[in-house]
Amino acid sequence: MTAEILIQSLVFGIFVGALYGLAAAGLSLVFGVMKMLNVAHGELLMLGGYATFYLFSLCDLDPFLSLVIAGPILFLIGILLFKGLFSFLARLDEENKIKNSLLVGFGISLVLHNLAILLFTADERSVTPTYAGAGFELFAIQFPYIRVGGLLLSILLMYSMHLFLNKTYFGKAIRATTENWQAATLMGINIEKTYLISFALGTALAGIAGTIVSVGYAIHPAMGMEWTIKALIVIVLAGLGNIGGAFIAGVFLGAIESVSALFVGAYMEVVGLVIFLMVLELRPQGLFGR
Amino acid sequence: MAELPTGRKQLLIFCAAGAVLFLFPILIKRDDYINLMILIFLFTILAQSWNILAGYAGQVSLGHAAFFGIGAVATRVLWYTGLPYVMALFAGGIIAGCFSLAIGIPALRLRGIYFAIGTLGLAEIFRITIGNILPTVTPFPVEALVTYTLVTRYYLCLVLALITVTIVFIISNSKLGLGMVAVREDVDTAEASGVNTFRVKVMALIISSFLAGLAGGAYAYYQVSFYYDMPFSPIWTFDAMLIAFVGGVGTITGPIIGSLFYAIIREAFALTMGQMHVLVFGVLFVLVVLLLPGGLVEVVAKGRRFFSGFKAKSI
Repeated sequence: MTAEILIQSLVFGIFVGALYGLAAAGLSLVFGVMKMLNVAHGELLMLGGYATFYLFSLCDLDPFLSLVIAGPILFLIGILLFKGLFSFLARLDEENKIKNSLLVGFGISLVLHNLAILLFTADERSVTPTYAGAGFELFAIQFPYIRVGGLLLSILLMYSMHLFLNKTYFGKAIRATTENWQAATLMGINIEKTYLISFALGTALAGIAGTIVSVGYAIHPAMGMEWTIKALIVIVLAGLGNIGGAFIAGVFLGAIESVSALFVGAYMEVVGLVIFLMVLELRPQGLFGR
Repeated sequence: MAELPTGRKQLLIFCAAGAVLFLFPILIKRDDYINLMILIFLFTILAQSWNILAGYAGQVSLGHAAFFGIGAVATRVLWYTGLPYVMALFAGGIIAGCFSLAIGIPALRLRGIYFAIGTLGLAEIFRITIGNILPTVTPFPVEALVTYTLVTRYYLCLVLALITVTIVFIISNSKLGLGMVAVREDVDTAEASGVNTFRVKVMALIISSFLAGLAGGAYAYYQVSFYYDMPFSPIWTFDAMLIAFVGGVGTITGPIIGSLFYAIIREAFALTMGQMHVLVFGVLFVLVVLLLPGGLVEVVAKGRRFFSGFKAKSI
């Protein structure tokens, strides 16, 4: 095995990992603020992917541009889901909130999965723009444009999330609610609104991740569960509620899976899971937790 | 929490229901109904076993499929190597129990949501590993296929379901059961009151995974062919959880009512709505979770209180 193959897999692992990270960031945001686990996150990601697919195949819209539409669509779906379902759980105590959100999320994932089969058929789809096969080469390492685009876009999104959470009033309200919602209420923060915005932002992030997944990877109605499990693992790796950490942990998981595939083949996901369990045992606060 | 069925009346109901169920395949000779009953029994065992760990001891496991899968694969393999089926079945249950011991000691150190996601990760490790070691379909051997009858499966699953319900009944009325509830309500207080919380959790895990292994073993006898990694699919965990929650978590009757509801509604929807059925079921499920947080058991209890209120004028 040459060094090139090793580095090449590392690079591709980072491309995939950025998507794990982006998917996990949305889930982590929702969990951090509301202490709810939305296990339909993977299905929301799938909806984003289909939005991009149809915008591309019906309206000829460039997949990377389509997230300007896919993101807001998922934001709206997030608002509807929160108003219609999750807001009822917000008043429960913490333990019941987690359990019931798991159940409601599972119900939603059943609904969305089957809705997708009915509306979009069970075929695997992928968006292939004209530049899909193109790329550049650097030190004998391949860099396809779509993957590099996806990575840059993910970094850009995470950076804007960072700015949003640290510089704007809403962002600060979200962080305050994450820390301690009771104190935040006493400081005059509108908790209901903060919940709504962060839930919708979480689904929008899932949708945007779906957009990038649909370019270069495949989307199909049954993909949700896989992505939810990946996102769950990543947010635990990072430490629950740690949004920036989730992105880095995602990249880390992607890189490990991809490189270990060279050595253990089909067991690559097992390697990722074993590392996840070790982190859980030895550092339950996560890799980046305090 | 609904009251635990105690006393002679409950025992009578249990025996009467058992007797009716034993006569069922003699009275009703329709394969589709017998098949439905088998599903209900399987779901009851699985949901009841999840209920011991999550409902009584409060350790919400998302990795229950691992024990179901270990039971299914171990039973199938042992049975095919020539062991009599019943021995293979119990060996499968015991192997699942042993695995849970090996896994449980580290996993039970985790609390709450970490335990849930950790067990999900463990189950995925099993699923992927088994899928790689045994990537083939497991068919029935010809001699077993020739003698295949649903009625045998019916009685097997019925007996296992009755055993499971009895075990849960005994546990819920024992010191161990009280310990489990104490751990569920508040681990630290339980520990401070002298409950060996770790031992209680380990016991709950072993019993629960043994029963899940038995359910898997019964599935291996019922299902003609399946991919070896199929019983490890997270779907089994979610089914068990869904049934226990819809019925009423932490009660004996909950998972039974839940399985009845789940299997019958799902089959009825599948017959009448075709492709739409899972969708409608999902909507219904979300509504049950939101509107009936105590499960169907609570509705029954409320109804009973409502009617007894008429008679005794007191609630």
